[in-house]
Amino acid sequence: MATTGNLHGDTGEPVLVYDRIATNKRQTWIMMLVFVVALGAFATLIGLVIGLPWQAAPFVFAALGAYAAISYYASAGVALAVSGAHEVTKEEEPDLYRVVENLSIGSGLPMPKVYVIEDSAPNAFATGRDPKHASVTATRGLLNKLDKSELEGVIAHEMSHVGNYDIRVMTITVVLVGLIALLADLFMRWTWFGAGSRGSNRDRGGGLAILAIVAIILAILAPIAAQLIQLAISRQREYLADASGALLCRNPDALARALEKISADPEPLAEANKATAHLYFSNPLCDHDSFLNNLFSTHPPVEERIRLLRAM
Amino acid sequence: MAVLIVVIVLIAVAVIAVVSFIAIYNGLVRARLRVKEAWSGIDVQLKRRASLIPNLVETVKGYAAHEKETFENVTAARARLQQAGSPAQAAEANNMLTQTLRTLFAVAEQYPDLKANQNFLDLQHELSDIEEKIAYARQFYNTNVLSYNTKTETFPSAIMANMFGFQPSEFFEAEEVAREDVKVSFATPPATPPAAPPAANA
Repeated sequence: MATTGNLHGDTGEPVLVYDRIATNKRQTWIMMLVFVVALGAFATLIGLVIGLPWQAAPFVFAALGAYAAISYYASAGVALAVSGAHEVTKEEEPDLYRVVENLSIGSGLPMPKVYVIEDSAPNAFATGRDPKHASVTATRGLLNKLDKSELEGVIAHEMSHVGNYDIRVMTITVVLVGLIALLADLFMRWTWFGAGSRGSNRDRGGGLAILAIVAIILAILAPIAAQLIQLAISRQREYLADASGALLCRNPDALARALEKISADPEPLAEANKATAHLYFSNPLCDHDSFLNNLFSTHPPVEERIRLLRAM
Repeated sequence: MAVLIVVIVLIAVAVIAVVSFIAIYNGLVRARLRVKEAWSGIDVQLKRRASLIPNLVETVKGYAAHEKETFENVTAARARLQQAGSPAQAAEANNMLTQTLRTLFAVAEQYPDLKANQNFLDLQHELSDIEEKIAYARQFYNTNVLSYNTKTETFPSAIMANMFGFQPSEFFEAEEVAREDVKVSFATPPATPPAAPPAANA
């Protein structure tokens, strides 16, 4: 059996992690920049069309810049609030807390805050702008359905996201890009794209024309947003977290079993949406086939992740 | 003109040499600092573990006062752990403590009253938690030692390591659980003598 030492030595693991950290920090900046520039340009354009003076543009950009800057600090709180998570103490959830404690010791990271979502769908996510301001969240379903080694595997995966600053990019995505994705999703469902799935109760009131214009704009924005989400997520990120998570908990098989259990669970997570889906350990949304879902597909196929873990 | 170019090239080479010299030196210092930090992660848990032992021994004594040898072994292992000066010594003493504790808990199995004692159960629970934490802290520590030692032994940082006396660090070795041979000395002779040679059970 290979020891951890060998794995670290042969693959140059530490270097890899530092590379990932630098890349993730850079991607966060790019994301904030693209967000301000793209959305600012669109907003200015709309402003000109509806007759606002071009002098309004600097204010638009300033407002978006401020939004991005605030997001940097507030997005973790937003992500936690949106997901309906509540913080737990060691006394309330000793088992989960101990697992997180152990893995933070094993990875040499500061102890993150621990949150629980009262939902029976098994899932987990990590968020925060850096390891010092990180939190790890597990659903009640995860705690009930996994045994200790499987839970360790999942938390190890999440701690890997924390350690290499994946959480920074992923979390800020929730607030910046997620906003666009969410609006696009909403409006496209209201108008014609999602008509098939939504039935016939379309509103034919006077607001329809404006709604249609907004929808068109958002339809253009959505692919850009999706592209950014891909940048933030990339399947590689999940594979890497699986790999370093397995290395951390020294039990790839337990992680594979956890993935099997979670993917076999039919329940979708009630409080998950397209803006937060990419945060989770496994895709929390269960409707897999629609156009938008493919566009916003955030997770590599579970079968592939399990296959790779089993091959370790 | 040609002289100027040569001078510039020489200066550039010197600058590069100095910069890489500093970078390698700092890399070594950083790696050694990480080892030190990681060690304190183990040390905290070892201290926690040692601090629980007197309480545990007292609790068990209340029910099984005549298991003197077991108590002495545990206490001796604890003393060795507290006196350990290097990671290797600490690892050895810690492994010894693990073994003696295992014996102690095996002995405790024979006393139903003790097993029902809440204080004893809490201590047992906490000690197993600490054991897990030591395992994780050890994993992190050894990873850092490996990366530091690699630096002290590979070119070009090995040259600097030699010049400035960067000694390779000791690993914190844990005995494999599977290899451990748990000896439990019961007051009465064991009812079932080992029929087959003890096989490694894992």
